[in-house]
Amino acid sequence: MPKILTPSNQTRIYLFCSFIVFGLSAFPASAQTAEQKGLDIAKAAQAYDEGFGDFTADMVMTLKTRKGDTSTRNIRIRTLEVQGDGDKSLSIFDEPNDVKGTAMLTYSHGLEPDDQWLYLPALKKVKRINSRNKSGPFMGSTFAFEDLSSQEVEKYTYKLIGEESCGDWQCFVTERVPAYKHSGYTRQVAWIDKEGYRMMKVEYYDRKKALLKTLTTDSFQQYLGHYWRPSTMDMINHQNGKSTRLEWKNYQFQTGLSDRDFRSQALKRLK
Amino acid sequence: MKTNALLGWLLVGISSQVGAEFSGNVAVEAFLFAEQGQFQYQFEDNLTLSFQPKWSGEWNDGDDIWSAEFFLRADDKDDERNHADIRELMWLHLQGDNEWRVGINTMFWGVTESQHLVDVINQIDQVEGIDGEDKLGQPMLHLKHYEDWGVLDFLILPGFRERTFQAVEGRPRTTLVVDGDAAIYQSSEEDEHVDYAMRYSHTIDELDFGISWFKGTNRDPEYRISGGTVLIPYYVQMTQIGIDAQLIDEDWTWKLEMIHRDTDAISYEAVTAGFEYSFYGIYETDIDLGTLVEYSHDNRPEGQRGIFDRDLFFGARLAFNDVQSTELLAGMVYDTEKQSQSYRLEGNRRLGDSWKATIEAQVFSHIDASDILLAFEDDDYLLLELARFF
Repeated sequence: MPKILTPSNQTRIYLFCSFIVFGLSAFPASAQTAEQKGLDIAKAAQAYDEGFGDFTADMVMTLKTRKGDTSTRNIRIRTLEVQGDGDKSLSIFDEPNDVKGTAMLTYSHGLEPDDQWLYLPALKKVKRINSRNKSGPFMGSTFAFEDLSSQEVEKYTYKLIGEESCGDWQCFVTERVPAYKHSGYTRQVAWIDKEGYRMMKVEYYDRKKALLKTLTTDSFQQYLGHYWRPSTMDMINHQNGKSTRLEWKNYQFQTGLSDRDFRSQALKRLK
Repeated sequence: MKTNALLGWLLVGISSQVGAEFSGNVAVEAFLFAEQGQFQYQFEDNLTLSFQPKWSGEWNDGDDIWSAEFFLRADDKDDERNHADIRELMWLHLQGDNEWRVGINTMFWGVTESQHLVDVINQIDQVEGIDGEDKLGQPMLHLKHYEDWGVLDFLILPGFRERTFQAVEGRPRTTLVVDGDAAIYQSSEEDEHVDYAMRYSHTIDELDFGISWFKGTNRDPEYRISGGTVLIPYYVQMTQIGIDAQLIDEDWTWKLEMIHRDTDAISYEAVTAGFEYSFYGIYETDIDLGTLVEYSHDNRPEGQRGIFDRDLFFGARLAFNDVQSTELLAGMVYDTEKQSQSYRLEGNRRLGDSWKATIEAQVFSHIDASDILLAFEDDDYLLLELARFF
């Protein structure tokens, strides 16, 4: 007759169950999975940045080839925070001169495809564009569209893989796997500081799982006594040697922008 | 030509005085033809200059904006192309959900690539190109009103602009030269007839659409033969209802333009519909390839139809996504009834920071003897343009 449960087995099971119950109630953090911790950090980072309302800024983008040749783009950015959805954002191009007056409007939506319109001043035409091309380069730079888009929590699945110092701060190191379609990446590793949830560094791994690019941010400024924004962002492509530097200037928060300023047909009147 | 240059410098002078935002371009254009023209006097090649300055400024915290844009072309060989135009000279006033515009403006309605059925507000500056994308400025009073359920446009269009036509030396042109200045009108008010237009447009998720209405002088003329040697444009009154729609679904972008047009002589429908299918990052490069297919149909009787009456358009758009923003668009129009074919290639690339090179080539082949395009049969051309932007 087979022994289904010996007293010792029963004891072990009891002990095991009580450990789980005890463990969960007494030490919630330690029993959390790395995935849960990663998600919590992403949620905390999003919560930290909520309430900024809107901002405007000037962006100077310097593209550098492997040989060291450079070219510059000047873009004005206007962003409106949208509660419960991705932000609305306007990019107005001032340089190079042949694209002066071109404007791009994006309504970003977490996992759903973004709505995107382009105003072409030569034709005086507002054109709805297909936003499915997330992995394509932005203006010939090493930044892809997906690198510059609004970072909603649901866009990735997360995993906390470590904690280490990053410059003067302590950082969470989290792995993010894009949950949206058509990403050019299999995963990203992000260094996020524990205090102000500043994204200090991101490594991007391509579809073959090889390291493709590294983003490093620098010279963070705090606005409205709370929100951190970097003054420079450098994106290096390790595979082709190209790099792009973004310099952010003239950040202004809560400037009074509203939905009215982010209508597709209002693109025509931007100067 | 001298007046053009003088006007150009005068404008630059004025702008430096009023401290407005200034931009624009100067371009040199070389027109090269593969064959001699079919008709007497037509030039073989041509080198021309164009100047397109723009100014804008604002006051009242940006609630009032003025803008001006001029176009000048200096052409030694085709006197009709030696011309200047005010593309824009406008005051825009923002008032809550209303945008008021008074002055001269150029606008674009529609979504399809091969022809622009719905786009009827501005006259075409035809000497600048046969694709209908160069347009003459139109005087207008325009109210744009925003609602949650869409955008309404109301336009009053006083003053009609006559289409531009190539001179006897010009290429490509119709067999008989069109004397644009001798235009005649159905309306006794001639070019002073006041036209009206309205449009309702809206975005619902991945769908953008518009319904438009126009009542007034048709920008696209009929032609009368005068003295057996020249054509005279005849501008009739029309009422047009137009629909344009674009739907994005994953890699597909579906496009539709439809019109119903009523004139005293005829009432008809025309449609252009098709799609663009995109391949992103082809062969593991940064290059995107868009493939386009459009079909155009026009239900007027044979002999009264436009060029795009039973025509298929196939196109391929390459965006290199490089530092120089290199783009290439190749297209072919095939007349399914007459088997006429025309091919077109457009490409451009930035050079340095402020220059841009453009190439355009057009080939007409197998043109049927009854096709309107027959007059262009020997006008295969290559156009090279180098522009300096500022």
